[in-house]
Amino acid sequence: MAGAALLGRLTWQLAGVVDVVTETPRVKTIVFDVPEWLGHRAGQHVDIRLTAEDGYRAERSYSIASAPDGTRIALTVERLDDGEVSPYLTDELRAGDRIELRGPVGGYFVWEPGQGGPLFLVAGGSGIAPLMAMLRLRAAAGSDVDARLLFSSRSWNEIIYRDELERLRDDGVVVAHTLTRSQPAGWSGYTRRVDREMLAEVGAGPEHEPHVYVCGPTAFVEVVAEDLVGLGHEPRAIRTERFGATGG
Amino acid sequence: MSFVSRGFRGRRREDVDSSRVPPGQYVTADYPVLSAGPTPHTPLDQWDFSIVGEVDEPRSWTWDEFRALPSEDITRDIHCVTKWTKLDTVWEGISVDTLLDGVKTAAEYVIQFSDGGYTTNLPLDDVTGSKAWVVFGYDSEPLEAEHGGPARMLVPHLYFWKSAKWLRGLRLQTDDEPGFWEVNGYHNYGDPWQEQRYWGD
Repeated sequence: MAGAALLGRLTWQLAGVVDVVTETPRVKTIVFDVPEWLGHRAGQHVDIRLTAEDGYRAERSYSIASAPDGTRIALTVERLDDGEVSPYLTDELRAGDRIELRGPVGGYFVWEPGQGGPLFLVAGGSGIAPLMAMLRLRAAAGSDVDARLLFSSRSWNEIIYRDELERLRDDGVVVAHTLTRSQPAGWSGYTRRVDREMLAEVGAGPEHEPHVYVCGPTAFVEVVAEDLVGLGHEPRAIRTERFGATGG
Repeated sequence: MSFVSRGFRGRRREDVDSSRVPPGQYVTADYPVLSAGPTPHTPLDQWDFSIVGEVDEPRSWTWDEFRALPSEDITRDIHCVTKWTKLDTVWEGISVDTLLDGVKTAAEYVIQFSDGGYTTNLPLDDVTGSKAWVVFGYDSEPLEAEHGGPARMLVPHLYFWKSAKWLRGLRLQTDDEPGFWEVNGYHNYGDPWQEQRYWGD
């Protein structure tokens, strides 16, 4: 963070698309190579700028989903059918394309292994992206910090990073899914919206003073943060990031 | 020739006066929320509003005293650093000029402070002269807690993080002091028309 500040303005950079990965029917991960990238902290975001031939521009912000890894960064984007930017990113972009971006941005919704734990992450849908950066960093750093993820998705097929999350279990991460709309046969996990009881069952309790990160749609974050405070977590220990499903 | 995004056409809004939309912003009809943590809920009987710091005499109002001050309706466009702009938002509140009326101060800066510990800093000149209000009504309804109720700042000529939610008072200072987002990568002033989003912009 300080490093970026000392270098002055976050300038627009041309990033090359290296890969486009289908995560779910509505979500893709786009991997960029950013030649001038100076690194980032888990939880930060970038701004994307698209320019049409007549000079018309649109900008949006997206969380970085990858752990720091040289000049590579990955953004995980949910396609919003009435959006202006997300359908371009998910449907149009392919390897070899270039895009303008600048970042990293944000110094609050971040976690580093040095902060320790326990770590309690609560994600709704594509809100998993910045939290995944934290889990990936934990793994890459060989950290054994107590880490637990409560992840709300609509259905089994809409669980972003499903296989990778299974592998993270081997690394000691507790992963609990709730599927709020439909469940596969034999599903034994949660089937309801995240509530206070679920948060108490999955996460480290307030007596363990976990670092709590919540990311998802506004209404989801509002309810989860309220429930966490109700359980006795310090409001200042709860960091939130919200996105409205609007215009993106 | 500047960069062109292959295949991007965009969706221009013909129904929006583009001169009202700062660079990099898009117009939304929704009212998205941005905050760093849980929403505080201070009961009105425990709420007060104060003017402190570099003043001849600190001032403080209870909720009832505050609401008895002369208020006005304000219609303005607002611009969030997360890229959305909302046109013609309608608020009810008290001008900061009213709150500072008669206050003697040598201060050049003002720090807004809020429940939950949030602060944001501005030159005093940016909140005086009919440029800023403490609002408690939105769209003819009491301001919801999620959007900063019972009362929040409204400084519509700057990015909206300069309008603190859950506002409890103003601290006048002779020296500037970067607030919550300002120490976390965001611009110290935040003029949307200059696109002053982040450090160095």
